[in-house]
Amino acid sequence: MYRVRLFAIRKARSFEWLYRRLEAVMVACDPLFRRIGYNRVERPVAFVERITKGFLFDCRMCGQCVLSSTGMSCPMNCPKQLRNGPCGGVRPGGFCEVIPEMKCVWTLAWQGAARMKGGDKIREVLPPVDRSLQGSSSWLRVSREKAAKLREAREAGRTALAQAFPNARVIEPASAPLAEEPRRATTGDTRK
Amino acid sequence: MSEPGDLGDIVRPYADPPPGHVSDSRLERVLRSGRFAVTAELNPPDSADPSDVFDAARPLGEVADALNATDASGANCHMSSIGICALLTRAGYGTVYQISCRDRNRIAIQGDVLGAAAMGVRNVLCLTGDGVGTGDQPGARPVFDFDSISLVRTIRTMRDEGVFLSGRKITRPPRMFIGAAENPCIEPREWRPERLAKKVEAGADFIQTNYIFDLPVFEKFMARVRDLGLHERVFILPGVGPLASAKAARWMRSNVPGIHIPDAVIERMEKAAKPAEEGKRICIELIQQIRDVAGVAGVHVMAYRREHQVSEIILESGVLAGRRPRRRVVGQAQ
Repeated sequence: MYRVRLFAIRKARSFEWLYRRLEAVMVACDPLFRRIGYNRVERPVAFVERITKGFLFDCRMCGQCVLSSTGMSCPMNCPKQLRNGPCGGVRPGGFCEVIPEMKCVWTLAWQGAARMKGGDKIREVLPPVDRSLQGSSSWLRVSREKAAKLREAREAGRTALAQAFPNARVIEPASAPLAEEPRRATTGDTRK
Repeated sequence: MSEPGDLGDIVRPYADPPPGHVSDSRLERVLRSGRFAVTAELNPPDSADPSDVFDAARPLGEVADALNATDASGANCHMSSIGICALLTRAGYGTVYQISCRDRNRIAIQGDVLGAAAMGVRNVLCLTGDGVGTGDQPGARPVFDFDSISLVRTIRTMRDEGVFLSGRKITRPPRMFIGAAENPCIEPREWRPERLAKKVEAGADFIQTNYIFDLPVFEKFMARVRDLGLHERVFILPGVGPLASAKAARWMRSNVPGIHIPDAVIERMEKAAKPAEEGKRICIELIQQIRDVAGVAGVHVMAYRREHQVSEIILESGVLAGRRPRRRVVGQAQ
């Protein structure tokens, strides 16, 4: 809904906060999602995402949500679907070139970004949309990506250790392991 | 089969750029040497006859370092930019191949960039493109797979990394001088310089702007551009053009997307006894004022249906003073 969308941009800072919390929850849920299988949770999560974001931001389910980098103004509502707007056709008063009665999505985006804590993210050059992801859940994608990054960071620590003690690794492989550990092999509890 | 040496007669040999340059574009050489550059927009013919292209280029070639071949501007169908550039490049003109994201997807565009480079085209201007609704075929499907900024980054990746966006290797990368557009006088004015920064970040080497008729607004824009240090990272060529009459100016303002003409300019056109002469006068004055704005590297002349005035405007403005007169290019189709 256009009016709700405008409200969300006016309240960009609050929504930014809310979104960060949601993201943390989704990342925390990664082990659960992995256990159930991302394939199984895809449909129900995408359904909830479609309803919520559709109401708040007129979300089009591009599957590559960048709201926090676009002032909480969904760029898929731009008739040209720009990911790095606005174009040069904005009408006086900040109205859209293609739909003259609608406010330019990207003019609103820059205004929204100015209200946000991490608003500077709008200065980052965004890649073109991968159209094959249309309709999929962006929330799950973020959860997967962030969780993978966290795992990678942990891996980097182990790699560094193995590299710092190269000979020990040769003599006693178990002392500085590099291969990925199965879940049951690690308890996460170091005091045992 | 022809020997590789024979190709030199048909097309420009594929040369590596001179040191310190990203392409062997004449426009790039002029700009990097610190000379004031002039580019001009060519009105593409609705015809398949190459002589129409050369006729359109002739009045511009005398003063322009490169000619911009528009890509269905205003979403109106004309001869393609790549076709025009290929013809003009062979005849010795510098050309700017304009790509609008409206009509082609990433597969078509990346292929066309290689094709253009192979034909000898050395400058490319990346544009978002007007919506299809403004054109002569509003029922067309708008593509907008890229936007202008992701297109700039894509061509830079092809040129500098030697790969397509898919990561597949390009054996001889397209050595293009990459341009982007800006529209300083259009809202949201406060964010225009910031968006320019994104274009520079994406990899733009030069910028051609839409029409500047409002000097104070442009000066404010440039002040912010200098604050951001962008004028040292990109060559900026503001757009200018002669108005035909007050009526034409009003029509442009309300029908062509992204055109801002202040009332004062239209009033001046209205009061003039000879509107066409006055339009030319205003254009010359604007070029002289724009030249004196710090951070400006040249000027881009868009004289739609007033191409015959371009040489006079540029020569009378005096911006080419001290530059060697351009050799007339033949380009006469037999």
